[in-house]
Amino acid sequence: MVFLENFRIALAALRANLMRSILTTLGIIIGVAAVVAVVSIVQGLQYTITQQLQGVGATFIAVSPKQDRGNFPGVAARQVKLTSDDAQAISEKVPGVKMMSPFILGRATVKFKDRKHNPFMIIGATENYQDVTNQTVDRGRFFSQVDLENHRKVTVIGPKIADELNLGPNPLGKEIYIDVYPATVIGVMEKKGQNLGMDFDDIVYVPFDSAVSLFGRNTADQIQIRLLATGPERVEQVKDGVGRLLRQRHKIPASEPDDFEVQTQDEILKTVNKVLGSVTAVVGGVVGIALLVGGIGIMNIMLVSVTERTREIGVRKAVGARRQDVLVQFLIEAITLSLIGGGIGLALGYGLGALVAKLIPGFPPAHVPIWAVGLAIGFSAGVGIFFGIYPAAKASRLDPIEALRYE
Amino acid sequence: MALIELHDIYKVYDMGAEKVHALNGVELTVERGEYLAIMGSSGSGKSTLMNLIGCLDTPSSGSYVLNGTAVQELDDTQLAGIRNKEIGFVFQTFNLLARTDALHNVELPLIYAGLSRQERRERARRALEKVGLGSRMTHQPNELSGGQRQRVAIARALVNDPSILLADEPTGNLDSTTSEEIMQLFDELHRAGNTVVLVTHEPDIAEHAWRKVTLRDGKVTSDQATARATGSDRPAAAAPVS
Ligand SMILES: Nc1ncnc2c1ncn2[C@@H]1O[C@H](COP(=O)(O)OP(=O)(O)O)[C@@H](O)[C@H]1O
Ligand SMILES: [Mg+2]
Repeated sequence: MVFLENFRIALAALRANLMRSILTTLGIIIGVAAVVAVVSIVQGLQYTITQQLQGVGATFIAVSPKQDRGNFPGVAARQVKLTSDDAQAISEKVPGVKMMSPFILGRATVKFKDRKHNPFMIIGATENYQDVTNQTVDRGRFFSQVDLENHRKVTVIGPKIADELNLGPNPLGKEIYIDVYPATVIGVMEKKGQNLGMDFDDIVYVPFDSAVSLFGRNTADQIQIRLLATGPERVEQVKDGVGRLLRQRHKIPASEPDDFEVQTQDEILKTVNKVLGSVTAVVGGVVGIALLVGGIGIMNIMLVSVTERTREIGVRKAVGARRQDVLVQFLIEAITLSLIGGGIGLALGYGLGALVAKLIPGFPPAHVPIWAVGLAIGFSAGVGIFFGIYPAAKASRLDPIEALRYE
Repeated sequence: MALIELHDIYKVYDMGAEKVHALNGVELTVERGEYLAIMGSSGSGKSTLMNLIGCLDTPSSGSYVLNGTAVQELDDTQLAGIRNKEIGFVFQTFNLLARTDALHNVELPLIYAGLSRQERRERARRALEKVGLGSRMTHQPNELSGGQRQRVAIARALVNDPSILLADEPTGNLDSTTSEEIMQLFDELHRAGNTVVLVTHEPDIAEHAWRKVTLRDGKVTSDQATARATGSDRPAAAAPVS
């Protein structure tokens, strides 16, 4: 009863000074909005990345060359190599490898009639790239071993390429130019969307050898390898095997670090989460400061309010309000103030997150998990209690006679 | 047993360089149903005494028994309870909550008494009708005249059916016509059985009461019946306890 009544009194008091109340809660609004915006974006990212990585499966392993930074400044880095022979050796000698796909990356302009387009990337791959990376061809087919063996000039394109080059309703069989090399479109990949600034629909796939002619001989020495282990339980074994084999092949002395990187799906997930986690932590620190400032603002305005309403407190005490009644009244007022700020901040933060996610191409939709809502509400209530308790205690301790005499 | 028993009451304010003896050994007994005026010049200790009686303040020494309860032994929370249930206080400056209509002002003591909203509303309405403000319930203090504000304050003092109605210079901020109306309201409340103690420095206001106590320098210097006490409208409730 008294609690509800106190809530009503608090709302009336806040309404009486509406502008002041809103300005007071600005710190809380900004703090909560910031945390919710960042969490919603990070969560959205994390969600889609996790989905995608889980899409490739738990047996997925990526092997890539690691640029040697050199031990001394000014000393040229050793040329790092990861070659087709390395790839071949892996599939022959490492037990537990189910499938292996070497590929190279590059950029080139594509043309069709008078249309030109610069795709996000050109991937030169073997026939099993599609299976290793778990991708689906929407129309037509991916290139086959026969295409590769016969050096056929074929290509598989992302759906965006078909649009950009204006290939019409049936792109299959059309001959496009990749740089100066003609290639016949034999497949269009399924639409995948964008993530982390990468457009997966804006990719052109060509047979490995075509890519080597396109990008030059030495690109064949800087390839990427994707593997599938025969089962999730063999992933570690394959990883160790690949590591040992490549160290041996690259003749790396025991004292030197690897010149390549082997990452399992699990590790990639962990790396992503670590990066996103530190983003959240940094923002958390900023938000902590905003909430502190917001809390001090609330404390300040509550102290002003207690002073302004000294006579009111005197009247309430004179007619029978106990210390705890006055304490609760002002505490609820402070909590209400910061909760209103938290609520506005929550809505604002979500709006901001959604807006940012919409404006940046390739960003997944914002996602506010329920724990973030709870955290925002809990935090603002906590700030209200923490910074409201002193002014409220001060009000509750006022002497009724002095309070009534206050001018 | 008397309603109020004050014995050897001292109130000393320590002002650093000197001590102010606001009350200097007050002896006073008030029976149920009495109508008492406390008189005295400014600074004689009238307000200090009223605040003690109203449990807004505690004496430096001495004993105060209100309605059988030894007040000086109570803690802060218990005193708040006494103020809420036993005392109705009317101030010179009305002390109503601003931006709050008459009904809600009168309801205030009932909130702290823990009554339901409906019952509060009902009792506040009746109290306002009793003081003649049945048609002004939703008016805020700044929409009411001084006399009307004091009536709201009196309704608030009455709403909890207190044992005693205390008024510290209730007409101090009112013109003489309005003062007379307010005093007639007190007369009426007294006739209805309420115990009334009021402070005034105006002799004709004091003449409304039945008994007149004079303070000087924190001491009771005279305690006598007023002319009215011998009049014909003396109610049975105020019959002397012999
Ligand atoms: N809070 C206080 N601090 C110091 N002195 C006070 C305080 N309250 C009252 N006094 C002193 O006590 C004396 C009695 O005051 P008061 O009871 O208000 O007189 P009255 O109401 O009869 O005019 C005065 O001398 C006054 O200055
Ligand atoms: Mg006075």
